[in-house]
Amino acid sequence: MSRHDKIYWTGFCAIIAVLIVAPLVLPVFWAKFLTEILIWGLLAMSSDLLIGYTGMVSFGHSAFFGLGMYGAAGALLHTSPPNLWLAILAGLGGAAGAALFVAYFSTRLRDIYFAITTLIFSQIFYVIIFTWTAVTGGENGLIFTRPHFNIPFIVDVRFTTVTMHWFVLALVAGSYLLLRRITRSPFGMVLQSIRENEARTRAIGYPVQHYKIVAVMLSGLFAGLAGVLYGVQNEFAAPDFVYFVTSGDTVIFNVLGGIGTLVGPIVGAGFFQLLRELLSRVFGEQFPYLIPLGVVFIMMIIFLPQGLLGFAKRWLNR
Amino acid sequence: MEQVVQYFQDFPFDLLLIQTVNGIVTGLILALVASGLTLIFGIMDVVNFAHGELFMMGAYLGVVVLAATGNFWLALIVATMMVAILGGALQILTLRPLIGRDPLNTILATFGLSLILQNFALWEFGPVSRKIQEPIGTYFTLFYLQYPWYRIVIAGLSTAIIGGFWLFLKYSKFGIWIRATTQDRVMAEAMGIPVPWVYTGVFALGAAMAGASGVLFGPLGSVNHTMGLDWVLKAFIVVVVGGMGNLGGSIAAAIFISLLEAYASIWVSPSQAVIVSFVVLILTLLFRPTGLFVATPK
Repeated sequence: MSRHDKIYWTGFCAIIAVLIVAPLVLPVFWAKFLTEILIWGLLAMSSDLLIGYTGMVSFGHSAFFGLGMYGAAGALLHTSPPNLWLAILAGLGGAAGAALFVAYFSTRLRDIYFAITTLIFSQIFYVIIFTWTAVTGGENGLIFTRPHFNIPFIVDVRFTTVTMHWFVLALVAGSYLLLRRITRSPFGMVLQSIRENEARTRAIGYPVQHYKIVAVMLSGLFAGLAGVLYGVQNEFAAPDFVYFVTSGDTVIFNVLGGIGTLVGPIVGAGFFQLLRELLSRVFGEQFPYLIPLGVVFIMMIIFLPQGLLGFAKRWLNR
Repeated sequence: MEQVVQYFQDFPFDLLLIQTVNGIVTGLILALVASGLTLIFGIMDVVNFAHGELFMMGAYLGVVVLAATGNFWLALIVATMMVAILGGALQILTLRPLIGRDPLNTILATFGLSLILQNFALWEFGPVSRKIQEPIGTYFTLFYLQYPWYRIVIAGLSTAIIGGFWLFLKYSKFGIWIRATTQDRVMAEAMGIPVPWVYTGVFALGAAMAGASGVLFGPLGSVNHTMGLDWVLKAFIVVVVGGMGNLGGSIAAAIFISLLEAYASIWVSPSQAVIVSFVVLILTLLFRPTGLFVATPK
């Protein structure tokens, strides 16, 4: 084990330890807040696989997130007793379907065109979910009860705020390790080479479009998982989360935290949510917190394009 | 056979004609929005995410000036000018520092701008929709309908603005600067064209077109802080279908898509008719990703 690895894994374990202990000492509100940051972080991380590692900015992650949410809601409403694992499976299935559709069409285009088409496609899903009231509940969304945590024949317990946090933490940490492994695998290397020089990657003989489709689908799966977790955490699925705003937030998390670092987007999500909470506490609920956040966002693009964790990019990816 | 005859007898041809007129009118407004977007993209390589918000600001400024002066045409001119100035200022503040960087940075920056403008509108004007009174209250008869002259006037005005803009690009000095910059930025700079100011000017022009269409559209629908996203989405679809950066193509695509949506809303609700434009987009991406209305690349 090299020195770099030692420091890295010590840091990783320390952060996980802090996150495990945190809900035990924090008041309930902040414990839930932390759980949500982790979920948003997972969503942002999934989109980082595209933005940071493949060089494709997706403005359509709300579709994957929302389909994950609605898939889980559907499974929970139609099975009794509601089963957590079925919900996750259904959510991932929904997100994978959406991701396949988006990936198949929008990877035909590059750069800004890709960004625009992902945005338009996510809006298709929004329109469908919003207008198909019989199935999706339309504007009101779907409300369900949180499933128990169960492993057949062994445990079957109700989630509390703390155990829910641990469950989310386990999945987010697992996803992080998986994504990290993916980005360091030969497959991840090809993605990074697409980012650096697409024409050359194609010339070497890699089927670039296939790689891109797989990348979008992987990213969509992780975003779907985030959607499932958000649904389970809050016990509802609402069309608002399929709307463009969620995709926009995801991009903001990435830019704030630092693209191409995987950890950065989580930090960005935390920074964004904390700043929002702070602003609305100081200036009241009605305060348009997105105005100062937008200004910060633009300033970061101009003056600090690598984001908050950009300085550590090389070190984190070693 | 009889069923076919029956079908044609029941077919709502009058409705079809009305929807044709409607489609062309919305298509021309959309063309005005989209040509601003295309202009900015074609010349600066900037996808202006904030274009819909400039449209919205135009509509709101129209509401404000109309309330103050009571004259719609004055409101149209003042709001257009103000949106142009706003656009120029935003370009200097946020996009100029990004010249020469990856175009993705500019899409993010304009996205930030759209957030700020949208929330500013929400904060300043509140969540309740506003209305703009139609400046021309007279109607003519189209079958059984009283069709407002105002819509026809809008179509004419949009055409006039786009036409005037085309003449401007073709014959004026600034227009020639713009075209020179599009062709070769470095060479244009070497010939003494102030390229950064051309960019600012182009952004201001595009913003003005968005602002003008916002005021023109105001009386047809309601003015609220979220109206921008709908329009910018449609404009994006139009721009992709028409071929990015291709002015004629986006005008054709704007009318084509609006017509299709108008026809579709004979049979389904308008909120579902939107799906037609999505389908057109998907088919375009499948079979002609460079755009429907561009010559086949050799």
